[in-house]
Amino acid sequence: MEALLQQVVAGLATGGIYASIALALVMIYQSTHQINFAQGEMGMFATYIAWALIHWGMPYWPAFFLTVVIAFLGGAFLQRTVLRPLENASHLANIVVFVGLMITFNSLAGLLFTYTIKTFPSPFPNRLIFDGLLSFHQLGAIVVTGTVLLLLFAFFKYTPVGLAIRAGAQNPLSARLVGIRVSHMLALGWGLAAAIGAIAGMMVAPIVFLEPNMMSGILLYGFAGALIGGIDNPWGAVAGGFIIGVLENLLGAYVIGTELKLTATLMIIIAVLLFKPAGLFGQRIVKRV
Amino acid sequence: MKVLSIKGLEAWYGRTKVLHGLDVHLDEGGFTAVLGANGAGKTTLLRAISGLVTVKGDIEFAGKSLVGVAPEDIVRRGIAHVPVGRGTFLALTVEENLRAGAYLLRNKADIAAAIERAYSYFPRLRERRMQQAGTLSGGEQQMLAISRGIVSRPRLLLLDEPSVGLAPLIVEEIFEIMKQIRTVDGVSILVVEQNATLALKVADHAFVMETGRLVLSGTAAEIANDDGIRRSYLGY
Ligand SMILES: Nc1ncnc2c1ncn2[C@@H]1O[C@H](COP(=O)(O)OP(=O)(O)OP(=O)(O)O)[C@@H](O)[C@H]1O
Ligand SMILES: [Mg+2]
Repeated sequence: MEALLQQVVAGLATGGIYASIALALVMIYQSTHQINFAQGEMGMFATYIAWALIHWGMPYWPAFFLTVVIAFLGGAFLQRTVLRPLENASHLANIVVFVGLMITFNSLAGLLFTYTIKTFPSPFPNRLIFDGLLSFHQLGAIVVTGTVLLLLFAFFKYTPVGLAIRAGAQNPLSARLVGIRVSHMLALGWGLAAAIGAIAGMMVAPIVFLEPNMMSGILLYGFAGALIGGIDNPWGAVAGGFIIGVLENLLGAYVIGTELKLTATLMIIIAVLLFKPAGLFGQRIVKRV
Repeated sequence: MKVLSIKGLEAWYGRTKVLHGLDVHLDEGGFTAVLGANGAGKTTLLRAISGLVTVKGDIEFAGKSLVGVAPEDIVRRGIAHVPVGRGTFLALTVEENLRAGAYLLRNKADIAAAIERAYSYFPRLRERRMQQAGTLSGGEQQMLAISRGIVSRPRLLLLDEPSVGLAPLIVEEIFEIMKQIRTVDGVSILVVEQNATLALKVADHAFVMETGRLVLSGTAAEIANDDGIRRSYLGY
C-alpha cells in the first residue's frame, strides 16, 4: 500500500512536468491553432540559458526570472522572423518548420554547451517530505506549475488581451475586423508558450539532469497529456498531464515494466481519441447552421 | 454630407480584376442597400472598403483616404464590417464575442455601456450571454454579429448578407432593429442583400451592381417602383 502510494505521488510529481509542457502546447494552440513540436527543445534551450546565468554567478531566482523573460522574447522573436512568413501557409509547411526548429535547438544546445550531462540546481531544499513520499523539489514543481496555470487561466479569461488572443486564433478575419492585430497576438502566444516551456525545463532539469535530449520523452508525454485532456482546454491539459504521469508510473511499476511504458501511453491516447475525439475535457465546438 | 466617397474603384484578387471603376457616395446617417446577382462584386466592394483586397482608385471616409490602410486600422477610423457568414467566434461566449467587438474601447464603463446598448436592441442575447456562441440559432448568431459590429461604436456599419439562411420573420425583425440603430445611434449603414424586396423596403438608397460595375443607383423607392429595373436586374 505504502509502495503504491509512493508510485502515485511520484507519478503526480512527473505528471506536473508533463502538465506544464501540455499547458505550453495548449497555449500555442489557443493562439495559433497549431501544435509546436519544438516546444520541448525550446524549453531545454532556455534551461541552458538559466544554467549559464547561474554558472556565471547569478542567484537562482533572478536567473529563473531572467530566463523566463529571455524565453518570452525569444519565442515572440521566432514568431516574428521564422513563422510570420508562413502565417498563411499550409499546416504542413508549419510542421516542417516546427521539426526544423526542434533539430536546430537540439544541435545548437549540443554545440554551445556540449552533450555532457550537467546538474541543474533546484531552488528548493534537498530533502524528502511527507514520510519520504515526495521530495521538496517535486512539491515545489507542482506548486510552480499550479501557479503558472492559475495566472494563465486568469490572463486568458479575464483580460482583454487574453480574449484578443483567443479570438484571433478562432477567427482571424473577424478578429482583424474588430481591430485586433492578430499577427501581434500570435507573437504574444509564442512568447507565452516559450516562457512556460522554460519554466517546465527548469523544473524538470534537477530531476533528469540537463542535456540536449532531456525533453524528448517529456514532450511526448506532455503531448499525450494535452491530447487526453483536450488540446483547447488548459485545465484539461494539466489534468491530462497528471493522469499520464500517474499512469506511466503505475503501469511501469506493476503491469508492463519500464520498456513498454511509452507504448502503453500511446495506446491510451489512441483509446481516448477514439472514444472522445475532443479529449476527456475538450470543448466540442458546437456549430449550428 | 457624404460619409464615404468612392471614385474609380478597381479591385483585384491576384491578377483577376473584379471591380472595374466604381463610383459610390454614401450619405452620413443613410441606409444604403447594395443589390445584384451572385458574383457581381458586392462582397468585394465591402472588402475593398475594409482594406481586405488590393485596390486602385479613391476611397475617402470622413474626409481621409482609406487606400493602403490595414483592416485593423480602418476599424479604428470608425468602420465596422460584419462579414458574410457572420464571423462569429464560435467557442467564445456571447458576451465574450461582444467584448471582442468592443476591443478598441479602452474604458471599462464605455465597454459596459456599449454591450448594454447591444443587449437593449437584442434582449435575447442578454438571456444567452454566458452561452457558447456556436450553440446559438442562426437568427441569434446574426443578432450577435450585428451587435459585435455596433459595440465598437462605428460611424459606418458594413453588413454582408445578414438575411442568409434565416426565416423571413427573423429577417424582418433584424432589419427593423437595423433601422433603429441607424436612427437612434446615427450609424450609417451599407448592407449587401440578396433579398431585394426587403432591402428596398428598409433602405433609403440603393444601388445595383453587375459584373463589377455599378449599373443603377437611386432612392430605394425609385428602384422598387420601376418595373423594368426590377425585372431586368433584380429578377422578381
Ligand atoms: N478570393 C477570391 N479569389 C479570386 N476571385 C474571387 C475571390 N473572391 C471572389 N472572387 C471573384 O470575384 C467576383 C466577385 O465576387 P464577390 O464575392 O464580390 O461577389 P458577390 O456579389 O458578393 O456575390 P454573392 O452574391 O454570390 O455573394 C466573382 O467573380 C468571384 O468569382
Ligand atoms: Mg457576397
